[in-house]
Amino acid sequence: MTRPMLANLRLFTFASPPRFYVLAGRLVPWLWVVAAVLAGAGLWVGFFQAPTDATQGDAYRIIFIHVPAAWMSMLLYMVMAFWAAIGWAFNARLASMVARAIAPTGAMFTFAALWSGALWGKPTWGTWWVWDARLTSELILLFLYLGYMALVNAIDDTRRADQAGALLAVIGSVNVPIIYFSVKWWNTLHQGATISATTAPKMVATMLTAMLLMTLACWAYGFAVVFTRTRAIIAERERDAKWLNGVSS
Amino acid sequence: MTAPVFSAVLGRDLRLAARRRVDALLPLAFFAVAVSLFPLGVGPEPNTLRQIAPGVLWVCALLAAMLSVTQLFAADQADGSLEQMMLASGAGSASALSVAIAKAVSHWLLTGLPLLVVAPLFGVMFDLSGRSIAALCASLALGTPILSLLGSLGAALTLGVRNGGVLLILLIVPLCIPALIFGSGAVSAVESGASARGHFSLLGALFIATALLAPLATAAALRIATE
Repeated sequence: MTRPMLANLRLFTFASPPRFYVLAGRLVPWLWVVAAVLAGAGLWVGFFQAPTDATQGDAYRIIFIHVPAAWMSMLLYMVMAFWAAIGWAFNARLASMVARAIAPTGAMFTFAALWSGALWGKPTWGTWWVWDARLTSELILLFLYLGYMALVNAIDDTRRADQAGALLAVIGSVNVPIIYFSVKWWNTLHQGATISATTAPKMVATMLTAMLLMTLACWAYGFAVVFTRTRAIIAERERDAKWLNGVSS
Repeated sequence: MTAPVFSAVLGRDLRLAARRRVDALLPLAFFAVAVSLFPLGVGPEPNTLRQIAPGVLWVCALLAAMLSVTQLFAADQADGSLEQMMLASGAGSASALSVAIAKAVSHWLLTGLPLLVVAPLFGVMFDLSGRSIAALCASLALGTPILSLLGSLGAALTLGVRNGGVLLILLIVPLCIPALIFGSGAVSAVESGASARGHFSLLGALFIATALLAPLATAAALRIATE
């Protein structure tokens, strides 16, 4: 299986569910290892190396979970909408399956961002929740994820479910820029971005290191979970196909 | 868009509603009952009522629109006439778009417009000032078409789906939130003596954007559903 696969490697080689199934199966254990190592390193730097914040005390350390989770929640929605649209436009089966596999992980990260934000908000803002523009739009993002999952699960015909889900995901992607720019457009309670690609970061290097390590850990975790779930969806949809019996899970 | 398909679908929907008047008035009755619950639940204190009135009236208008829109395409799909409408005049995509626009317009004429007529009455019951009631009507006039357009998108997406009504609310209400915020915000601004200009501008912008994009999405959803 390996040799012909490498010899005939093309752009769309892994768009075939059987090949992707094998590739993802091989990658998943490594992704878990990478995620665990990076998360361990990130948490160690974040909790033991980074200095205590002058104004927020130790409560600020929640950002090492909160910011990566919030980034992932927005990024995963865009990735989900992208693959869903590709699956719809080009009838690419695997793209639709990947989109469907991303949704629960995206919803999980959105919930984690909201929950960790609430835990951070209580000691620093003195309240669990405010109806601030960014918090509200992040909550809407959670509803969009839930709506997508509910819609694709409610339609029994998989092709129709994938297409309808793609349409909804594309419409909902309007919300992501709104979340991203909400703190600039409406000057409400949530602070603006501390890190940007164009200016020097306004935080200590160790804090930045910890946050970047945690972000990479979240990426690895996201890939691992999405690949595992995609494999499950492939196995479910192709249960009658011959190739599946020849592959060890 | 093809004009004959548009006028035929719109005329048919209005005639059907005229023959079943009670069905057509149900959303209005829902609105009246739902709005009346708030003074009973919150208490009849006029100051509180005046404060919550814009939000209450807007939320109830939104829910009335969402509940009434679920059946927009259902009957036509059940008897097969929806597919015939989509095929009409042989111009596939143009026809779907005309059906989408006609259905949204008929929904607005049958639920949005009556709401607009009774809203001042409820404004008076919530002790709103004359200027606030005028702002309420203006914001509903701009906002209810948005609800009808997005609602028909939801109805097309959930066509023939189990628990379609509940699902539609989960899908479409998040998209309606901006209209709700700026619509009730305009009334609150007038009530507190501030200028509502910004709210109205944003609501108008939302209306234009929705009017341009939602029918296209609804047409796409109809094609997916009737494929």
